[in-house]
Amino acid sequence: MELKNILETVLFFSQKPLTPKEIQGILESTASSSEEEGGKEFRKIKVDVIQGNLDSLREDFENGAKGYRLVCVAGAWQFVNRPEYAPWLRTLVGEASRPPRLSQPGLETLAIVAYRQPVTRAEIEQIRGVSVDGVMQTLLERGLIENAGRAEVVGRPMTYATTQQFLQYFGLSNLADLPAADELRRIPVTHPEALVTAEPSPAPSAVEAVISETGELKPPKA
Amino acid sequence: MGEYKVQFEVFEGPLDLLLYLVKKQEVDIYDVNLTKLATDFLDCIEAMSQLDLEVAGDFLVMASTLVYIKSRELLPSDQQVAVEAEPDDEDPKWELIRQLVEYKKFKDAAATFQSLEVAQEGVFPHSAAKIKFDQEPAAARATVSVFDLVSAVAAILKRVQARDQSSDIFADRWSVSEKIELLRQEITVRRTMRFSELFAEAASRVEIVVTFLATLELIRLKVLACAQSEAFGEIELSLAPDPSLEAGASLAAAHAAGESPSVTGLQETSAAGDSAQASGVPDHEENPAPRLS
Repeated sequence: MELKNILETVLFFSQKPLTPKEIQGILESTASSSEEEGGKEFRKIKVDVIQGNLDSLREDFENGAKGYRLVCVAGAWQFVNRPEYAPWLRTLVGEASRPPRLSQPGLETLAIVAYRQPVTRAEIEQIRGVSVDGVMQTLLERGLIENAGRAEVVGRPMTYATTQQFLQYFGLSNLADLPAADELRRIPVTHPEALVTAEPSPAPSAVEAVISETGELKPPKA
Repeated sequence: MGEYKVQFEVFEGPLDLLLYLVKKQEVDIYDVNLTKLATDFLDCIEAMSQLDLEVAGDFLVMASTLVYIKSRELLPSDQQVAVEAEPDDEDPKWELIRQLVEYKKFKDAAATFQSLEVAQEGVFPHSAAKIKFDQEPAAARATVSVFDLVSAVAAILKRVQARDQSSDIFADRWSVSEKIELLRQEITVRRTMRFSELFAEAASRVEIVVTFLATLELIRLKVLACAQSEAFGEIELSLAPDPSLEAGASLAAAHAAGESPSVTGLQETSAAGDSAQASGVPDHEENPAPRLS
């Protein structure tokens, strides 16, 4: 028996997405309960071995010219259709009621939270140059972001981070999966001095000298 | 006011407007002509003179920054007054551009998120139905007692009685053993059948009684299993999980040999009362059992 086939079968018949850890649990309890010899050999399988097999299984489906694929969303694995076959699925199951799409300000704010988390409201406003109160409220209500404690700066402002729901909504496997993550993370956030006030202050004086740190944004020599 | 609303929807704050103006200059963001940018920006502010105050505040701060940068550009650097709060190496122009670049990156990221969002609308997860292990459907349902069967057949008898008030005399065409054989064949082919179906073609009261006796006999011999999926629901007959067809066959043979109860006799008792008849039946049919075992 091959581990990969077991994984495929278990995922195919599972009623919910499974994490490698959960799959490990299934393998272990099968080994201890089943009388058959077959189950025993998968008693002690490491999570990263399962992970590797899942990756390989995903490759198989990608190369297999199938209408569906294996994906990892928010750390859990599941089968989904390829988007190009969505029209037929919509006819089959009826239109799924998805929440309305996010607005442009919503997407921008969410992007900042996603790449800079944990991030304070003032930091977001500094990047966007406008107040984000209403937008943040919407994102919180939709469960895409959540409170992530308080920043250890003056006023101890609330910080925000993205949720599991955020990963599911965009079909991302984890935060490292964010597009162009390294580029957007590298720009350090400058901490405005007046964090207590929610005043969006793009005043140059509030900005620390970060240009030389990154080296990337140095002014060209005139 | 109406004009302002349109502007507000297009530009999410001063940085957004600046990015738009930079794009209009069609140059790299680092090579942008800030003097022209400041002029364009002020023109826009002018056009939005009826702004909401809070939003206007953001725009005015930006405008003043731009004017400040513009004014610095006008003077040669050696003649500029040193600003105390500002380190020598920091030019507000580059600070602004840095901010613009950063904002641009997040704006692009937002566009990526948007395409992900749209793509995700067409992705449906596969969720399997719960696997059912129902090899024995009869076991899962409530079993039926002999009294349930009796009351079911009583209801059918009543229906036939209401339908047929004529007093035609039929020859007794059926014996219990013949019915057993017939039922056994039918259930082997169809696997399951409803209780009422048994009597669908019954022509007379006698035939119903004979069919019922045959059914009881088959249930007793565990050839048939009966179950009721819901209270007062239709009773369903199916081939028992472990059918001993030989037993049924030999019983039928035994009945054929002359052991079968007199149908005419039963007819009289059934007229006396259904329940009395029913309680009498199992006792009566007990006789062939020792012979089988």
